Amino acid sequence: MTSYLLRGVSLLGAELRDVAIVDGRISDNAPADAEIIDAAGLVALPGLVDLHTHLREPGREDAETVETGSRSAALGGYTAVFAMANTSPVADTAGVVEQVWRLGREAGLVDVQPIGAVTVGLAGKQLAELGAMATSAANVRIFSDDGHCVADPRLMRRALEYVKAFDGIIAQHAEEPRLTEGAQMHEGEVSTRLGLTGWPAVAEEAIIARDVLLAEHVGSRLHVCHVSTAGSVEVLRQAKARGVRVTAEVTPHHLLLTDELAASYDPVYKVNPPLRTASDVEALRAALVEGVIDIVATDHAPHAVEDKECEWAYARPGMVGLETALPVVLSVLGERWDLIAERMSRTPARIAGLTGHGTDLAVGEPANLTLVDPSARRVVDPSELASRSRNTPYAGTTLPGRIVATFLRGEPTVLDGKAVK
Amino acid sequence: MAQPRADASSKIILSASDLHRVVDRIAHQILEKTSGATGTVLLGIPTRGVPLAERLAARIHAFEGIDIPVGSLDITLYRDDLRLHATRALGKTELPGGGIDGRRVVLVDDVLYSGRTVRAALDALNDEGRPSSVQLAVLVDRGHRQLPIRADYVGKNIPTSLAESVRVSLTEIDGLDEVKLTGGEDQ
Amino acid sequence: MIKHLRSAADLDAPTATLILDTAGEMAALAGREVKKLPTLRGRTVVNLFYEDSTRTRISFEAAAKRLSADVINFSAKGSSVSKGESLKDTALTLQAMGADAVVIRHPASGAPHRLAAWVDGSVVNAGDGTHEHPTQALLDAYTMRSRLGRLDGLRVAIVGDVLHSRVARSNVLLLTTLGAQVTLVGPPTLIPVDIAAALSPATKVSYDLDSVLPDMDVVMMLRVQTERMQDSYFPSAREYSRRYGLDLARMRKMPEHAIVMHPGPMNRGMEITPEVADSSRSTIVEQVANGVSARMAVLYLLLGGKA
Repeated sequence: MTSYLLRGVSLLGAELRDVAIVDGRISDNAPADAEIIDAAGLVALPGLVDLHTHLREPGREDAETVETGSRSAALGGYTAVFAMANTSPVADTAGVVEQVWRLGREAGLVDVQPIGAVTVGLAGKQLAELGAMATSAANVRIFSDDGHCVADPRLMRRALEYVKAFDGIIAQHAEEPRLTEGAQMHEGEVSTRLGLTGWPAVAEEAIIARDVLLAEHVGSRLHVCHVSTAGSVEVLRQAKARGVRVTAEVTPHHLLLTDELAASYDPVYKVNPPLRTASDVEALRAALVEGVIDIVATDHAPHAVEDKECEWAYARPGMVGLETALPVVLSVLGERWDLIAERMSRTPARIAGLTGHGTDLAVGEPANLTLVDPSARRVVDPSELASRSRNTPYAGTTLPGRIVATFLRGEPTVLDGKAVK
Repeated sequence: MAQPRADASSKIILSASDLHRVVDRIAHQILEKTSGATGTVLLGIPTRGVPLAERLAARIHAFEGIDIPVGSLDITLYRDDLRLHATRALGKTELPGGGIDGRRVVLVDDVLYSGRTVRAALDALNDEGRPSSVQLAVLVDRGHRQLPIRADYVGKNIPTSLAESVRVSLTEIDGLDEVKLTGGEDQ
Repeated sequence: MIKHLRSAADLDAPTATLILDTAGEMAALAGREVKKLPTLRGRTVVNLFYEDSTRTRISFEAAAKRLSADVINFSAKGSSVSKGESLKDTALTLQAMGADAVVIRHPASGAPHRLAAWVDGSVVNAGDGTHEHPTQALLDAYTMRSRLGRLDGLRVAIVGDVLHSRVARSNVLLLTTLGAQVTLVGPPTLIPVDIAAALSPATKVSYDLDSVLPDMDVVMMLRVQTERMQDSYFPSAREYSRRYGLDLARMRKMPEHAIVMHPGPMNRGMEITPEVADSSRSTIVEQVANGVSARMAVLYLLLGGKA
């Protein structure tokens, strides 16, 4: 196994030093034959961990595969991604989650950790075999019906309780379905002007409010996917103050983009939950800094061209995000590297109970890390994405930061900004 | 087309008093050639043909005490050069009471040039009704016809080059009466 | 001149006034024996209708034909559209056919905006989802101006299901641009959120029709579909028409000169009683006739010059 010496790297933006990688781990001295990487001007971060990725395999391999999604993740600085369960067939059995997990191992670009469905077929009627998925080779700990809300309160309560047996966690897509029938975008001034059916903020906030009370009642862990409104932040703040075991994520796009973009009727801006208002964006940014929102998760949602080059109402919601997540967060938070490591690596790994990721680059730890050039600027070109899909909302936007290299257990997956395989 | 230059390259062809005399003369000629303007209707082509037609009617009234019907005929929708320019706003079409069927129509315009405006006017007239005959009165004929059209009444013939342009000003629209020839010196 | 008419917001006051003036000239020409004009000879207008709307399609067809354009009707029924061809593929087909203008009626809001990105010709919105119907607003404004002599300062109530109404959105935008004062009236469930901020800050909202009527020059009734009851927008057709329907007693509360409008098709007995619809104050039949003139004006102004 090749050893590496990262010369003159800045750990989390602080001290400049040399970092050696030997036998897949951080070492205090490099052997003489170590390959030297000039890391002057580069910042080392622990490999990023994404708790919310759609890899589309099995079922929609035309939009993404485990392999192309893994490559996209590695190029974005990730060393682990959690694959959502809304595939076809749905990842609601040990068989499907093991298949996804195995495909991830074969691709070997990031650790692909499957998320199991909470209910059979994401139908919200009956619990899936959560225990079987937990004890499978995929070792599933996060369960989510993402794309659908577990709306039935009794079912949600049971799910929260049931996964305590194996320290699982339910990741809720908070959307009261009766309040969002036919919804196309954030309900407000812009939806009124555009004549698009509104997705009211209260549909998210009501479910989060209910779920934190349920989690509190049964003493379980709850994770809230893609928080998008200022009101949700307030609900979470109060719950956390009371000691409820709730964690929450925000997507890069909800930290940067607003509902005004829908005015073009270009469905590249259609996403669920929808882009909100500027004051929501402001509240989400503050909550992320403060820690009311624990992590950034991409909700990377690749879609085939025909599912986006159409009328807004007929388009599928979602945006690709793995390759632009860190640049977007950099543009929002600035070069607060320790905060970025906390929100994009350490905390997500901790929520998921994922060992070997999200650890700082101390001697003896697995060498899961990424090197970033913070001075670089990049104009996003959809045709250059490694993802099989092109539905990025940032086409033509200049974003700061370039991921120069990513290492997964000491093996480079990205070098010179290019995927190694 | 040559760029119209400043006043240095323009000259006055008809002064206000010239213009009034010319209108008077056309009015007399119309009376002569239409047996006292019986069964005759004047139709001005917007924009400047309309006040000219009204002046002719006023002069005819002054000379003979006859009230000759006056109207306007917009030809925009019949132009053959619509695609060569930005969309034009429409002018008014207002036919006098009693219409034009069986009457002698005298079309009135300020400048006769290629003849295309008159061609469009004849088409428009054809859709409005069936006059017994159609005549044409113009203040200025500057030549360069592109169609087999000639005027029955001409205020003044002005030989021009293609690079020049004729500017007719009328008090009703422009605040003064005169006809100017501009441009063309660089040709 | 503008290239497309996707929204009434595409029109500033001078352009909107020019269209109404042009519509006036077109209406004058409609009175003569020969109605056809040679103006758009050689130009191709495609009516691309993804929804059944015979009245709107016929109105556009008559407008285009009176201007001598070649008209192609492309209806969603019995065409490749029902076999799942995408709007983009259809757009490329129309492009290849050399369409100078595409008139589109579509159930999805914003479809004309998408189409405009895929064709070189002009796009005219003939109604998109619950978004807009700008030519309806133009013919309504034309009708108001013909009847009442002006638009500036006119007080207009738009009554009913504003939430789902493309007619209401276009009318608010256009009438406000032309200086009218619009009041939206309906049950709170059918008035969209932030409507004034969304369309025009001067827009007023009222939930009480009776208190509004004495101050209006124009009362425009919107079609209310009884299906809205299933979604709890209001309890019953009877309660709706009692609170927001226009009957003779309510019409008497309006000033003498005030007119009653309806974009059609009417739900007689629901939002409007037959006696009101057929009264001399009603402009409903005029609106249909004015539709052709207004659409001729739009087609002339979009297509009558250099592309």
